[in-house]
Amino acid sequence: MAVSRSPGTPALEQPIVITAFPSSAFDIRKSIRLGLIAGLILVLISAMGLVESFDDRMLIDPILSLGYVLLFLVPLLVGHIAGRLPPLLEGMPAPEHRPRDVLGGLVSGTVASILLALLVIATPVFDLRTLFINLSPTLVGLLTLNQGLASGLLLLVAIGATLGTIGSALHLLPDKWRSALVKSVTWVLGIALLQDLVLQLLRGLGLSFASRLIFTVTGGLSIPATVLIFGILLGAQLSIKTKGESLATRFARLPDSRKRRTLYAAGVLLLVVIVVLPQIVGPYISEVLDLVGLFLLMGFGLNIVVGLAGLLDLGYVAFFAVGAYTMAVLVSPSSPGFAPQLTFWLALPFVVGTAALAGILVGLPVLRMRGDYLAIVTLGFGEIARLLAQSDWLKPFLGGAQGILRIPNIPVGPIELHTPPQLFYPIAAFVALAAYTSWRLQDSRIGRAWMAMREDEDVAEAMGINIVTTKLLAFVIGAILAGFSGAIFAMKIGSVFPHSFNLIFSLTVLVIIIVGGLGSLRGVALGALVIVGLPELLREFNEFRFLFYGIILVVMMRLKPEGLLPRARRAREITEEERAQDVGMPVTATAADPGGT
Amino acid sequence: MAALVDTLRERAVRFSLLSFLLWIVRIGAVALAVWGTLVTLSSGVFTAAQWKDFLIFGLAQGSVYALIALGYSMVYGVLRFINFAHGEVFMSGSMIGFFVADSMAQSGFWDSSPIAALGIVLLASMTTSTLLAVILERIAYRPLRDSPRLVPLITSLGMSFALQNIFRGLFGAGIKTYPVSPLLDGFITLGGINLIHKSQALVIGTALIFMLGLYLFVERTKTGKAMRAVAEDKEIASLMGIDVDRIIVITFAVGGLLAGVAGVLYAQVFRQVNFFTGFIPGIKAFTAAVLGGVGNIVGAMLGGLVLGLVESFGPSIVLAGLGIPSPHQLKDAVAFVVLVLVLIFRPSGILGERLSREKA
Repeated sequence: MAVSRSPGTPALEQPIVITAFPSSAFDIRKSIRLGLIAGLILVLISAMGLVESFDDRMLIDPILSLGYVLLFLVPLLVGHIAGRLPPLLEGMPAPEHRPRDVLGGLVSGTVASILLALLVIATPVFDLRTLFINLSPTLVGLLTLNQGLASGLLLLVAIGATLGTIGSALHLLPDKWRSALVKSVTWVLGIALLQDLVLQLLRGLGLSFASRLIFTVTGGLSIPATVLIFGILLGAQLSIKTKGESLATRFARLPDSRKRRTLYAAGVLLLVVIVVLPQIVGPYISEVLDLVGLFLLMGFGLNIVVGLAGLLDLGYVAFFAVGAYTMAVLVSPSSPGFAPQLTFWLALPFVVGTAALAGILVGLPVLRMRGDYLAIVTLGFGEIARLLAQSDWLKPFLGGAQGILRIPNIPVGPIELHTPPQLFYPIAAFVALAAYTSWRLQDSRIGRAWMAMREDEDVAEAMGINIVTTKLLAFVIGAILAGFSGAIFAMKIGSVFPHSFNLIFSLTVLVIIIVGGLGSLRGVALGALVIVGLPELLREFNEFRFLFYGIILVVMMRLKPEGLLPRARRAREITEEERAQDVGMPVTATAADPGGT
Repeated sequence: MAALVDTLRERAVRFSLLSFLLWIVRIGAVALAVWGTLVTLSSGVFTAAQWKDFLIFGLAQGSVYALIALGYSMVYGVLRFINFAHGEVFMSGSMIGFFVADSMAQSGFWDSSPIAALGIVLLASMTTSTLLAVILERIAYRPLRDSPRLVPLITSLGMSFALQNIFRGLFGAGIKTYPVSPLLDGFITLGGINLIHKSQALVIGTALIFMLGLYLFVERTKTGKAMRAVAEDKEIASLMGIDVDRIIVITFAVGGLLAGVAGVLYAQVFRQVNFFTGFIPGIKAFTAAVLGGVGNIVGAMLGGLVLGLVESFGPSIVLAGLGIPSPHQLKDAVAFVVLVLVLIFRPSGILGERLSREKA
């Protein structure tokens, strides 16, 4: 039995050994169950067409495509999970990894790939393609490794079994070797995956000759390059001794004057990078960066509403739409109703005004709502906004389903910004402004009021926080940031259509801030890069990006609800809560939290 | 003392300002609705037959909403979160039902014995939805039983999108059109007047039967009693010897089953299904559940019917009366406006008990 000892209890002199308890990782039923789950996942990703469309992306020419990586990753991971030790219980001898535990991975990998093989066999027999449209002959060819049905399937099962075994055998390696190996493989795959980005960077830096050495003509790393890069990475990982302290702690030890100087230097460096970046990476990557920037702007805004103030807003796209439409109406000569034809900069104050007004309009009626009711009402507001923009009723002003076209470029002095690398600069400026605002706000009086409200509205009110103004301010600031984003979006695309402003947009921004970590600015930046930037670079993902968004939400909530890069304070709150839950005690107030984090 | 009086006064001013604004919205909404209705009524553009069509279409649509709403309402009753993925549970039944119906239509069984065929489709749809709902509970929601409130909500939102795209990947994005059953083609006539389309009669009738069944299940059986106990208080229920996990699974299963029925009935009204058909009806069904009072079974049924009628009458009567062109484009917006208004002014719904602040 698991006994959680309270701190005062003296430790047991002698551990009680119960031999019936499984001290080894190998448990045949668990392995089979894991294998079946993995097999179902394999069948699902094959039948959904993921494997086939990802096969177009060659990673290591000509042996490994992204489709196969996906296919191979599942047995590898399940083998790794199957080889995990049972949870360590107090009073039990700590179990150790033994070579025979590898059997668990072997069983899981085999079971998983047998399930996939059954799908391949069943496809022609039951004519499954009439039901599952993606079970094409190409897919069958892929799954049998183009070796014919019988030998191909045997090979498939053999590969599954091997990968499962390797997955669980990873536990037997010393920690250092394992992490070096995993990191090197990840890096190699990452370089291969982001081939377009690497190519552009090399070209921008004038190193085009290197790209011919690394990548083949048809796409993907060449085999010698793969071996070389992998070898260098592995060697580097194994030979470098970690210093044991991170950059942040070393920075914290510096005297104040040097701290400031380092910060200035970092700032200047960042500025230089920002100025030079779009010129180096070229128009295509700049386009991606622009998009990331627009979503980053919205992410900062939603981060205030959801991350700091704890108001789950699912209709955030409405504010983006308000910004875009305000800009479009004010600057476009073909705006149907009212067309003052202002310039971008003159129209900007009006965008702020309408967005703030929209924030108040949404904020006022929902002042008394919480949690899921708030979520569904804001979702309703978002849909109402889209339907109104689309309707014939407002067509005389907003152009109905045809939207508003012919939006001019952003003028800066004598030049007009319209290419992606040019637009990068205003976007970067707005992002910087939003980041600075959010950073200053989060530890200010209002920021702390938001966080207090997030934790407990009644207590916050009792502490003298004015809930009405605090909530409205969160909505208004969030709305203004989204309005900016929408305004630039309208200028960038050159037109606005109501169809762009659907729920999926709101969801994307939500995924961004959840992946990064609610309330964490670094997190939002990481989230925007990963969630918006990656799928743009990997066009194969496009069809499936919303599938991944959904899965990411579920997985993050299950495994890491605080996000990948949480704010230090938030992370502490969550882990302390968990610890308190573990011992079955209510969360006690944290000892005085000294101001910032 | 003076300071206290001051704060009290300040507070009174603040709250009265807010409630003043809300009262304006309230009066404005009612005035607009009444005005629009009066204009339409006085212009007399609709014949009696059209009024009847609106009514019957509203009831048919509303009974589908009611069946889905029951799933939301029951899950909200026991777990206190909106299961966004319930719309996809509904869609899954409809989708699998289509494939079964389609294969029967190709083999000729659909036309030769239509009653059995409809029964099989219903059974297939119910099985699919029930299974999906139970699987969802097991893999997505059970591990999150004790987490903060936003966590299961966001999970269900993620599940909703994941399921939509899984169905899209598996079965393609195309719109699938149900075959027309020979049994349901045409009207039930009474004295030479087309009374009601047969498919709509089937929809309303079947929905009523299942709702009655559910009502009896929840009110009369021991399991139903346990469900009510768990909805009331999980901890006390488990102390009384109720297996809370099992009851939660049953709740999801019953909700899924009704969603499966709704999936087939929806296909009888609208004929078409694709991977996205679940989302909007799902949100609307949640509106219906809120309208009737979340956690209240009779309320969900009533809310569904009322919402169906509002959606059927609202655009043609109120919006057209207000002089809005092509009001049917705003049909969905009407439903969302109803949702927003209900949540602002009567979050407890038509029949719901006054939800205490920690429940709402």
